[in-house]
Amino acid sequence: MAAALAQGFADPVLDAQQAFRAVLMALAEPGAPRALPGLAHAPPPLPPVLAALALTLLDHETPVWLDRPLADSNAMKSWLAFQCGAPLSDDPARAAFALIAEPAGLPPLALFAQGTDAFPDRSTTILIAATPTRQSLTLTGPGIDGSRKADLPIRPSLVAEWAENRALFPRGVDVVIAGAGEIIGLPRTTRLARG
Amino acid sequence: MSARAYNFAYLDEQTKRMIRRALLKAVAIPGYQVPFASREMPMPYGWGTGGVQVTAAVIGPDDVLKVIDQGADDTTNAVSIRAFFAKVAEVKTTTRTAEATLIQTRHRIPEHPLTSGQILVYQVPIPEPLRFLEPRETETRTMHALSEYGLMHVKLYEDIARHGHIATTYAYPVKVEGRYLMDPSPIPKFDNPKMHRSPALQLFGAGREKRIYAIPPFTEVVSLDFDDHPFTVQEFGAPCALCGAEGVYLDEVVLDDKGGHMFVCSDTDFCEDRRAQGFGPQVTEAAE
Repeated sequence: MAAALAQGFADPVLDAQQAFRAVLMALAEPGAPRALPGLAHAPPPLPPVLAALALTLLDHETPVWLDRPLADSNAMKSWLAFQCGAPLSDDPARAAFALIAEPAGLPPLALFAQGTDAFPDRSTTILIAATPTRQSLTLTGPGIDGSRKADLPIRPSLVAEWAENRALFPRGVDVVIAGAGEIIGLPRTTRLARG
Repeated sequence: MSARAYNFAYLDEQTKRMIRRALLKAVAIPGYQVPFASREMPMPYGWGTGGVQVTAAVIGPDDVLKVIDQGADDTTNAVSIRAFFAKVAEVKTTTRTAEATLIQTRHRIPEHPLTSGQILVYQVPIPEPLRFLEPRETETRTMHALSEYGLMHVKLYEDIARHGHIATTYAYPVKVEGRYLMDPSPIPKFDNPKMHRSPALQLFGAGREKRIYAIPPFTEVVSLDFDDHPFTVQEFGAPCALCGAEGVYLDEVVLDDKGGHMFVCSDTDFCEDRRAQGFGPQVTEAAE
């Protein structure tokens, strides 16, 4: 048990720095995959790249909302408490981060914190595992020179939901999609179109 | 005391995470000032504590750091901050814009065009562009929430009424992606067009005022103006007296106490590079 809890970054300082740079550039250049090595011994059912993101971004200041498979895993919750010390939140509207291991079960984006017009930064950042199927999309917005074609590993219904999220700007949620050894950023400024 | 007495890049990991989270919000909401819990740094406010904290949160061992102060690599502020990170993060430093992955700047954007993948970190004294017009944070926050920026246009109009032209020459206000009014930090307005659709990521840190903001690559950055008084940049009558460059920002250098002076490139790396390539002062007919 103690051995499983202790599985964090091999180098907590430099690994976190590398992972953060990947997230920063992923959100600065939406839709472009960024390499991010997963954690070697992530506590199942937490995917290795999501585990690396959690170690990079979460601590005692960030209430986190877990999806059903993660919330049902005591081993995973113990690991999160030991490694990050992040308080769990039952209410997605009060969460600074959401960890989603099963992307099909992502609740409507509107349930998460959207920020306010005065403080649009007080919103949830959703860290979500990639879906096995991909959507062929054209992305536009800040961080993109003209437009960018990308096959995003998100569920189909998220495309329509994303338009509603975009319409809230400057409010809204930001999303980081965690695939195998890579991440894709989707900040609230990005517009998605099919094709 | 050895540098190993500190964590990598000086800041503790929890502080870095806090700054990193603020940076991610800043990138997601271009031009919006994200509050952050600015720390005391081993240098006084006004010396770039905001920029240093942003750099410390971003920098890694593979980065090559350049630091400029008003365009110069060799002034006290630039030398000190470069030495600071060479010590606490053991990173390579450079004065060459093209070789740097991370550039911290006080009040200039390098003349050499920035490229994709580079990060430019600005030191910001007063992040709120409306602060000198409206001192109350509660009011300016509401103005940003409502995108109500008439006050700034009135200020620019009063410039025109008084001087016949918009007299603001530095910290010239910009609108980011059509939404947020933003202070570009006290860069000369000459540099404003370089922010527009820049391929580099631009991060801004204000330590005393505890704000972080950002412009992602390829983002619309428009300097405020009027149809009949369009935005223009400074023009200089003569080229750089050392390298002969035109279309660059020049500093006046006083030569003696008899009124002698010359204008030279503010960007020292750019000027040295040109002189190394063989460029020199332009010889003009007018020279006596």
